[in-house]
Amino acid sequence: MKAVITVIGVDKVGIIAKVSNLLAQANVNILDITQTIMDNLFTMIMYTNIEKMSCSFSSLADELEKLGEEMGVQITLTHEDIYKSMHRI
Amino acid sequence: MINSFEILETIKMIQKENLDIRTITMGISLLDCVSDSVSATCDKIYDKITGKAKDLVRTGDEIGKQYGIPIINKRVAVTPISLLANGHSAEDYVQYALCLEKAAQAIGINFIGGFSALVQKGCTEKEKLLIDAIPYALKQTTKVCASVNVGSTKAGIQMDAVYKMGQIVKQTAELTKDAGNIGCAKLVVFCNAVEDNPFMAGAFHGVSEPECVINVGVSGPGVVKCALEKVKDADFMTVAETIKKTAFKITRVGQLVAGEAAKRLNTPFWIVDLSLAPTPAVGDSVAHILEEMGLERCGTHGTTAALALLNDAVKKGGVMASSSVGGLSGAFIPVSEDAGMIRAAQAGALSIEKLEAMTCVCSVGLDMIAVPGDTTAETIAAIIADEAAIGMINQKTTAVRIIPATGLKEGDSVSFGGLLGTAPIMAVNPFSSEKFVKRGGRIPAPIHSLKN
Repeated sequence: MKAVITVIGVDKVGIIAKVSNLLAQANVNILDITQTIMDNLFTMIMYTNIEKMSCSFSSLADELEKLGEEMGVQITLTHEDIYKSMHRI
Repeated sequence: MINSFEILETIKMIQKENLDIRTITMGISLLDCVSDSVSATCDKIYDKITGKAKDLVRTGDEIGKQYGIPIINKRVAVTPISLLANGHSAEDYVQYALCLEKAAQAIGINFIGGFSALVQKGCTEKEKLLIDAIPYALKQTTKVCASVNVGSTKAGIQMDAVYKMGQIVKQTAELTKDAGNIGCAKLVVFCNAVEDNPFMAGAFHGVSEPECVINVGVSGPGVVKCALEKVKDADFMTVAETIKKTAFKITRVGQLVAGEAAKRLNTPFWIVDLSLAPTPAVGDSVAHILEEMGLERCGTHGTTAALALLNDAVKKGGVMASSSVGGLSGAFIPVSEDAGMIRAAQAGALSIEKLEAMTCVCSVGLDMIAVPGDTTAETIAAIIADEAAIGMINQKTTAVRIIPATGLKEGDSVSFGGLLGTAPIMAVNPFSSEKFVKRGGRIPAPIHSLKN
């Protein structure tokens, strides 16, 4: 099972480190990371494998959201199927 | 793998453009709940609803979390109560509404639909009692929705029921006048009602439907509007193509959620309703899509053409995105639930007559329209008859959900709160229709109903 994490907000030191640290604690494997600046905002997309995740999907989503609030960025965790459904036939 | 642009487009649709799932509606057949007394039938109804739908709200919330998309409402639609109820008075029938309310409260859903009667060709005694009970049922409940089908292309329009419903709407307004006439917001009068509609207030679980199903309705007017902003000066072919592509994406999300809900609830996935359902939130308006096409205000000349294009393109885009399309499937134009419609009505751009014309080319009808409190039952009945005629002749669903706002006149407004929004009071034609609606009997089915 794959999930996508997006981080959008003002760039600052340590965003990737903190998100990666949280994912490591939850035993989530990062498969791919891309980052760019769009509309003057730091935009990072992480593609992850959550099959061996040590907590529930919703608790990880809540943790990431909380971390985002602490860093002043917006973090979302979504199952990859919504993107596949919308953009692939 | 999905690319960054596509991921960000989806995130933007959800976070900035109000893409959401309006409702997961579980349809439940209650035909096997018929028993030999009111209380025994009510007990069975309660047990069945709270059994089948006990995990509906939790499952909906979990799916919303997993896909990062808000699922605004979880609802239940049941077999029209008039088909299974027994009882000898309207008071007996109110008991069924209270039972539905109790079940809805117990499982935490937003609405329950099915306090309904299908009387397009004539009324049984049971159906008459249920209709008489509607105002009292809506006064004593908050989540129960009522609907009555008074016409169809096959049967014609039953004018006795039309007149009766004019009176019932007035009575419902009177009984709920201390709560902004809220009862009328939960009462729909249909022509050609559909049996698999997930949207309230008109949802019920038709008799041809199976035991229990999952129907889903999406909401994405904001997404369509934003897509059209990118093709500002393009011709209509481009506009239609843009809407189709957007509708496809919106509907795919509905299909995904419906399939997942069906799997988790161990209930068959039945249909996705392709309707574009607005909310009163800024940026979630069907009227603003029409204005984006080049109309200064929704309701001006050209609005019907713009809506026809929108409605058709949404269907063409959506139909390929879902394995099973059903329900009402068309753009909704409720006045109070759409910020752009409210603004247009307040500016004098949008009248009931124009809305009536618009309902010829879209789903579903004169929806959430507030009229002066002194509007007569006969005038309301005549408005219902006009809408039913449009539905009957054009072989489509039409409906009337109208609120005679007690003590208010044209220019005032009435607020219902939440998804139901705020309705400006719209003028009705001052001339009488009384003799017309009092003729009674049935307007015959049109010649094109004879297809065999």
